Amino acid sequence: MNKPESLVPRYSHKDYKSAVKPIWCPGCGHFGVESSLFRALAYLELPPERVAVVSGIGCSSRIPAYTQCYGFHGVHGRAPAVATGLKLARPELTVIVTSGDGDAFSIGGNHFIHACRRNVDMTLLVMDNEVYGMTKGQPSPTTPADWDSKIAPGGTGVNPFAPLAVALASGANFIARGFSGDPNGVAHLLVEAIQHPGFSFVQVLSPCITYRPEERFWKKTVHPSSVEPTRDPAVAGHRLLSDDGFTTGIFYLGNRPCYTATVDTSNHDLSAIEEDLAL
Amino acid sequence: MNQAISTLDAFLTHAHELEREAVERYEDLAEQMEVHNKPELAELFRKMAAIEQQHVDKVEGLAGGQPRTFAPWDYQWQTPESPESIPVGQGHYRMNPHQALSLVLACEERAEAFFANVAENTSDPAVRESALQFAAEEREHAELLKVWLARYPEPKADWWQDLDDPISQE
Ligand SMILES: Cc1ncc(C[n+]2csc(CCOP(=O)(O)OP(=O)(O)O)c2C)c(N)n1
Ligand code: SF4
Ligand SMILES: [Mg+2]
Repeated sequence: MNKPESLVPRYSHKDYKSAVKPIWCPGCGHFGVESSLFRALAYLELPPERVAVVSGIGCSSRIPAYTQCYGFHGVHGRAPAVATGLKLARPELTVIVTSGDGDAFSIGGNHFIHACRRNVDMTLLVMDNEVYGMTKGQPSPTTPADWDSKIAPGGTGVNPFAPLAVALASGANFIARGFSGDPNGVAHLLVEAIQHPGFSFVQVLSPCITYRPEERFWKKTVHPSSVEPTRDPAVAGHRLLSDDGFTTGIFYLGNRPCYTATVDTSNHDLSAIEEDLAL
Repeated sequence: MNQAISTLDAFLTHAHELEREAVERYEDLAEQMEVHNKPELAELFRKMAAIEQQHVDKVEGLAGGQPRTFAPWDYQWQTPESPESIPVGQGHYRMNPHQALSLVLACEERAEAFFANVAENTSDPAVRESALQFAAEEREHAELLKVWLARYPEPKADWWQDLDDPISQE
């Protein structure tokens, strides 16, 4: 890790926490993810005013309200579009998108694919609980086909989406999976993801204890990857497609060039844009 | 395990982080219980945060200030998180005092086991002495908690069932 050991840390994770009290259910995995994000930002010594946290809608998407960083609680599924615009206009900011499996893979599936493809330098953190938590327990694209519930008796019968494989095929430059019950491990993944150039995708398995109480046992199911991350997309693809969905660690480190703004945004003021539009 | 804790400096860094994270987690849980209108449990967690803060202060006294820190993933815990914190995922908005106290008791027991393990494995006599002292304090807390726990009835098996789920729609 390329960071000198500091005697007295400049930031603690409290510096990133806002005064707004989370309304998540106590025990929700999203608490662990929030704490990992703040630990990662503190480790990287990023001043809160140099970080923007952008989200869509869902329990997972509430994080912008809970942080002292800049925050944008956007439209359902569209957070990557907002974040892309922000990063291109303000490249000096560290841009983090916080999302859920419904937000990122269902209504936002198309935005997810094209954000991977564009490869703008930002980090997408998806808290995956395999359910729509906020709207009371509907199956999401990552819900197993046979998950039986009052809302989908006998299960949906539809194969779950494979987000990491889709991210790889779409061009994401960094792909990893963590588990909210291991906040220090997730903080480590986030540090690597933020430092890696281009579009980084981190899926964090984050139990919804209210609508998927059985996910509490994920702590017994997750297992760390036994192999080093690869730079070869073919190797990564093989690993991802043969994976059980519970392996944690970094799967892929790409080296595609990042997409950056081709116009100098600093030279444009609103009147110039207005003139352009009037044409 | 704990091979890295062979200097007093590294030991105090671990002890500080363990106590600091315990304070932080108890404060978070107190907030959560306030949000979910459980004032009795909020008070319990605030009390625990204040007790653990005394330990933070004690470690800072021993270290002559705030000890240096490690990267979060470089601490030598035997658990996914520092041992004296209630693990993420174990809180619940329908828990009762018995469950809350059981979780707190488990924290004290994990902390005791951690310090005892350090004492057993270190080659440094100063680390051993300090670790044994910390382990004894955690044991004392655990004994006290067992007495408190005996005052509260165990919950029914379906305590977590709720016909009116807690989350509002957006
Ligand atoms: C345009 C639009 N469609 C639907 C909704 C209803 N809605 C709110 S959150 C949500 C799903 C959120 O699920 P997920 O992203 O998995 O987040 P979680 O709550 O599980 O963390 C839906 C469908 C909405 N707010 N806006
Ligand atoms: S409904 Fe589920 S995802 Fe939402 S806060 Fe509660 S436990 Fe978390
Ligand atoms: Mg979800």
